[in-house]
Amino acid sequence: MELITRGAVITEPGNTIENKTGSWRVFKPIINYEKCIRCMICWQYCPEPCILKIEDEEKKKNTPAPKEAMKRLPVVEIDYDYCKGCGICYNECPVKAIDFVMEER
Amino acid sequence: MNYENEEFFAPGHGMCAGCGAPIIVKWILKLAGPNTIVTNATGCLEVATTAYPRTSWRVPWLHIAFENAAAAAAGVEAATKAKGEKLNIIAFGGDGGTVDIGFQALSGMVERGHNVLYVLYDNEAYMNTGIQRSGATPWGAWTTTSKVGTVNPIGKIRPKKPIAKIIAAHDAAYVATANPAIFQDFKKKVQKALDTEGAKFLHVISSCTTGWRHDPSKTVEIMRLATDTGIFPLYEIENGDFENMRITYKPKKFKPVEEYLKTQGRFRHLVKNPEYVKKIQEDVDAWWAKYGKYYRH
Repeated sequence: MELITRGAVITEPGNTIENKTGSWRVFKPIINYEKCIRCMICWQYCPEPCILKIEDEEKKKNTPAPKEAMKRLPVVEIDYDYCKGCGICYNECPVKAIDFVMEER
Repeated sequence: MNYENEEFFAPGHGMCAGCGAPIIVKWILKLAGPNTIVTNATGCLEVATTAYPRTSWRVPWLHIAFENAAAAAAGVEAATKAKGEKLNIIAFGGDGGTVDIGFQALSGMVERGHNVLYVLYDNEAYMNTGIQRSGATPWGAWTTTSKVGTVNPIGKIRPKKPIAKIIAAHDAAYVATANPAIFQDFKKKVQKALDTEGAKFLHVISSCTTGWRHDPSKTVEIMRLATDTGIFPLYEIENGDFENMRITYKPKKFKPVEEYLKTQGRFRHLVKNPEYVKKIQEDVDAWWAKYGKYYRH
């Protein structure tokens, strides 16, 4: 049990990361990298935000892509610890590279 | 410095799945960067992002009552000015906290010309307390206090308060309406607001999946339809100069308003009655007939 701080000040910025809101999810978005053109629209619109933009060179090269040239672009990855499964990414994806499936736990 | 790849708004908050507001907030913070202080009126955003002892904010953030986010922002601005610091002071408020309850504080802040960016995320009702009508609820929308039935088949019987124009009439330095679904326009306006000296006001549409009654995945699609049907026009007004108001985005071809209305449960009763749909279409057409000339490329 934490003590109440004076003025209810919260001294640790962004500590909601301790709330794993992924447990809210009913449907799960799954990125199909064979189709993903790395346009970043899902990253742009994720309201959590739990779609990560990964700039790591190895990751960029080693993740499948529909065209070789796209491997220079950042990769998107979903952090399922927080994804509430709203489906905005699935709905907005211009190349339908995100599947949205009922999750089994 | 460009902070677009950084997140100043942490996940794990309690906003509903598919809420439009976090999209707005995360981008405004990305564009403003870490040198920012936020004041936040009571509302969904405040309640759901800062359930004690946790916060989603990675910039200094102040919890303000419903009515005075703008007054507190003005105070923060005056204090930073006195200390000779240059920061982005941003106030966030929902439509209840802005067009109704917080209106006089906002009016005062703009009149005094504080260098503050006030952002209204407009989900068109008091969603946090359970979907009660606000001044920003549009004509014909169902809410729990504008119920639809045999006595009142319409829903809300008064039109939406034109808050952007009201603030522009204060001669605010910069006023704009924006829509995150029209992304480049939205970004440009946030940047312009941050770069402008003086009182700035952004009226941003923000879908509410629970109050508008739609599937969470449709949030961005529905917000886009609001502008593509002409219902939520995107314009900007600088220094109260209405003559030089600029409509910054116009769809190539307007979609019929029905396309927007039928996506949401709050308008379900309207869609069943062609007369109501016709009235809304006529209102939209009249707006564009009057202001369409202000569209500039």
